[in-house]
Amino acid sequence: MAIFVDENTKVLVQGLTGGQGKYHGLRNRDYGTQVVGGVTPGKGGQDVEGIPIFNSVAEAVAVTGANASFAAVPPKFASGAIMEAAEAGIGFVVCITEGIPAQDEAKVFNRLVRDFPGTRLLGPNCPGIISPGKCNIGITAGEIAQNPTGSGPNVGIVSRSGTLTYQALYELKQRGIGVSTCVGIGGDPVPGTNFIDCLSEFQNDPETHAIMMLGEIGGSAEEEAADYISANVTKPMSAYIAGVTAPAGKKMGHAGAIVSGNKGTAQGKMAALAAAGVKVGLNPTEAGELMAEIVATF
Amino acid sequence: MDLFEYQGKQYFARYDIPVSPGGPADTVDEAVKEAASAGYPVVVKAQVQVGGRGKAGGIKLADNEAEVREHAGNILGMDIKGHVVRRLWVEAASDIDEEYYVSFTLDRSEKKHLMMLSREGGVEIEVVAEENPDAIVKLHIDPVGGLSEAIARQACIDAKLPDRAIGGATDILVKLYRCYDEGDCDLAEINPLILKPTGEVHALDAKVTLDGNAEFRHPEWDAFRGLTEMDDREKMAAERDLQYIGLDGTVGIIANGAGLAMSTLDVVNQVGGSAANFLDIGGGANADVMAGALEVINFDENVKSIFINIFGGITRGEEVAKGIVEAMGRVDLKAPIVIRLDGTNAEEGRQILVDAGIPEDKLRSEPTMLEAARAAVALAS
Repeated sequence: MAIFVDENTKVLVQGLTGGQGKYHGLRNRDYGTQVVGGVTPGKGGQDVEGIPIFNSVAEAVAVTGANASFAAVPPKFASGAIMEAAEAGIGFVVCITEGIPAQDEAKVFNRLVRDFPGTRLLGPNCPGIISPGKCNIGITAGEIAQNPTGSGPNVGIVSRSGTLTYQALYELKQRGIGVSTCVGIGGDPVPGTNFIDCLSEFQNDPETHAIMMLGEIGGSAEEEAADYISANVTKPMSAYIAGVTAPAGKKMGHAGAIVSGNKGTAQGKMAALAAAGVKVGLNPTEAGELMAEIVATF
Repeated sequence: MDLFEYQGKQYFARYDIPVSPGGPADTVDEAVKEAASAGYPVVVKAQVQVGGRGKAGGIKLADNEAEVREHAGNILGMDIKGHVVRRLWVEAASDIDEEYYVSFTLDRSEKKHLMMLSREGGVEIEVVAEENPDAIVKLHIDPVGGLSEAIARQACIDAKLPDRAIGGATDILVKLYRCYDEGDCDLAEINPLILKPTGEVHALDAKVTLDGNAEFRHPEWDAFRGLTEMDDREKMAAERDLQYIGLDGTVGIIANGAGLAMSTLDVVNQVGGSAANFLDIGGGANADVMAGALEVINFDENVKSIFINIFGGITRGEEVAKGIVEAMGRVDLKAPIVIRLDGTNAEEGRQILVDAGIPEDKLRSEPTMLEAARAAVALAS
């Protein structure tokens, strides 16, 4: 078991003929992911190192039976690519694109909720998802992820920050702790998948025994996750929040300050998680150590 | 990108939102010229990105040229909460019957846009929210459906605006939403939105934050460039498209990803050091980006050591290493580098650094983030 993706996931890469798409798409395939096709309008019929290219997602799905897509396209085209995947019936879309306008993101999210409830978007501006040993979609270096063991204990990771996701994987690998699935939800204002979506899946996944969460300052997603954890998550957790000493980031003016109230500081987020029973580390290494202590109790 | 009031008003004008006639002025003579074309009486307003300008004496009414000269002379160069006034906005004074508040921003929790409208404008909206929360009408707007005139009108009624203001206010709400949406704002705020004795409704202030990610579809934003409040280091970084925030410490920071960059600051702080900056070189950083980042850090005289913290995903280790080697050839770095390199192609990257034969007192590698932070802090103190 794993969450969202596993050995049966068949992946299309939207933008496989582009620089990033090719580099990471082929790395994903080398990892063992079933990369069954690529989509680039106008390049249908070609192939990238044996992976067939199609003109549209719908065509690619019809031929390959793909059920997931990896959108590696520039910001201008990202909204269109995500919606095309949803319209073709893809159930899981990973979008790594950084720099999508917030207005576009908000529209895509609400359009998916309204018209394509069967499609889950991960990202944008995220590193992707890896179920070690089974499937890797996105830009995570597969070799830093420790495979889960049949009997466990295995850890599920959910992170808002790309590089901290790798850091978390790395911390667990150093300690020989297996990972069921590691999800990078991305740090953009309107992520398609949030902490709570992942916590809920991990709670229900029998292969996941403990959960590690990495958040950062801004917004109130971590506080909302803490409320959810109090009420619904029984598996032990460790966490780290980046930005204790960070300068105030983007000023959102008075209106922004009201939306988030006193939420959004690293201290507030750490306190909320600690109150929900999560062991909170002051840096990623400490969060890894805390997880090692948790795992040792199984 | 935060706009100054006058830029925000120019942006509003593109969307037909009524603002007072006026113009920007960098000198007393220019202020006099703008006052004459706007028509007396005028208001002379300091252009700084900080609240409380009025209380600080940065907003003055002038009935004639002599008064414009006096006020413009006093306000230019004034320090308002650490912001030095370099530019004025001179506009025709307005008669005010009532003052309202309206803003649009994204509510991240709801994943919808949020409009806030209040009859109690002209004061800090946080104070209204605290003391009289019922005076603020909050309305969530589906980004797909947008804001219709009927819903905007109902919000004006719910906010208990007087009947004679409802037509004008509804019109501005719809236009301001269009400006926020099509104009790619993170924030569009009017405080105060005024009702004149004549019944017209009008934007007396403008607070606009543009979403930098949407720059590719807004060539008109070029006019706003180069005028934002940045220190020399930040200007240099902006020219190189780097995400940089200047700080006061002695350890220069370069990391990939905002989360890791923040975490790097945290760790440096925990081991007793202080960061000179926040610098995220982002995903896909290549040799040029790394060289540019080192140039910016090198420009900062407070920097005593440089901590490069890279975990490769999109950013590949060998690219980072090539960038460092190239930059060290291009720039005479004043401070030693401590690097921690992991992730995609990290081994190749470390090998490139070893092969380059850079002496240990200029560049050293550490295996973990904590050890690298300790080494960098030790070098800086």
